[in-house]
Amino acid sequence: MKKLRVPLSNPAALRAGDEAVLSGTVYSARDQAHKRLVALLDAGRPLPVDLGGQVIYYTGPAPAPPGRVIGSAGPTTSGRMDAYTPRLLDAGLAGMIGKGYRSPAVVESMRRNGAVYFYAYGGCGALYAQCIRAARVIAFAELGPEALSRLEVEEFPVLVAIDAAGNSILA
Amino acid sequence: MLKPERISAAVYRAVLDMHVRLPRDVGTRLEECARTETGVGRRVLEHILRNVGLAGEQGLPMCQDTGLMWVFLQVGEELSLHGLKGSVSQGIAEAYRDGYFRASIVQDPLSRRLNTGTNLPAVFHLDLVPGRKLQIDLLAKGFGSENCSRTAMLQPTAERAEVIEAICAVMRQARGAPCPPVVLGVGLGGTMDYAALLSKRALTRSLADHHPDPYYAELERDACAAVNALGIGAGGLGGSCTALGVAIETSATHIAGMPLAVSVNCWADRRARIVLEEET
Repeated sequence: MKKLRVPLSNPAALRAGDEAVLSGTVYSARDQAHKRLVALLDAGRPLPVDLGGQVIYYTGPAPAPPGRVIGSAGPTTSGRMDAYTPRLLDAGLAGMIGKGYRSPAVVESMRRNGAVYFYAYGGCGALYAQCIRAARVIAFAELGPEALSRLEVEEFPVLVAIDAAGNSILA
Repeated sequence: MLKPERISAAVYRAVLDMHVRLPRDVGTRLEECARTETGVGRRVLEHILRNVGLAGEQGLPMCQDTGLMWVFLQVGEELSLHGLKGSVSQGIAEAYRDGYFRASIVQDPLSRRLNTGTNLPAVFHLDLVPGRKLQIDLLAKGFGSENCSRTAMLQPTAERAEVIEAICAVMRQARGAPCPPVVLGVGLGGTMDYAALLSKRALTRSLADHHPDPYYAELERDACAAVNALGIGAGGLGGSCTALGVAIETSATHIAGMPLAVSVNCWADRRARIVLEEET
């Protein structure tokens, strides 16, 4: 079990199959936020957050019950972000957390950019809610659960699904 | 007279509960899988069981995708009732609000996609049956798995093996995306749309139930074994536990065809059945 800080200091050192817990800062973004981020890149405008070296978690959390910082917050299907991901990797994104496989174009872009894809345990929203210590909306608030948010995570369990060399443990 | 408030209260309780606790048959199958699975898939199943435990203890939904509510109403023809869909919808909306479940429904599919904020509308289907009972089958259908659902118009001459292959093809394409181990609902026969409806009705059954015709009950078992032989495993990380069960519902069909639909459901198999009887 590796204990890793996020943002990652050396994503290229991780190997597919490594079991890890992540602590630090990640950003949540899913379908509509990806569409908007790439639209900003296309327009040559700045992103609401510098993605250099950062990790994006594909999640759309449930509302926070009273006394909690977030509701259930498990991973969503990564493949829906594939059309947008190479652009974000080229903009400096270093890691992604989600469930399901990635397209060959994403894996190729990961190799070129030295990025890593983590598998988070699918459907385990209640478990991941325990690992999120703070959540703050950064942009696209009108998207509700799909807003771009900054999450402080602690001992967030993942597996390295695809490493920066393109090795994969996904069936 | 079946009072609307009785219906909405029953739906409210069922929806609050279905997101927090698994049906017993599903929990039991997951525990069996965790004992038999080897390799990485076992780690996935251990985390799933821990997650289910935490959800129950803390009253959190197991999965943040609390789904689109699919409702199948079987209405006894001798019942008198009014405001049926409205009272079901009210129970759903209040449960999503009070359970802190994610509202995941957008008003229209393409032009604006504005979230309705209530998780309404639900998808309703209705059937009339003899008697004085109302049966409400509910599915909270997550869309990671629903996006993997497929229909196929097979040839009328298709063999048993081709049906099994068509079911396997759906999972070969889905791989880890629908959060395996999955439950597969299969509709066979009817028309394209009716096969799709049957595939959802198949998901309302307990894993312990089988098709009443032994031929199809055996097909359910063999299709499940074939899917488990694909090697996808829990979470799509490899292994022998890909499907918790395959349920097949069949119907009469046309001499020229054999419609097949497969509804893919994630391990978080959120279903409920409510039976209400008119007070006499």
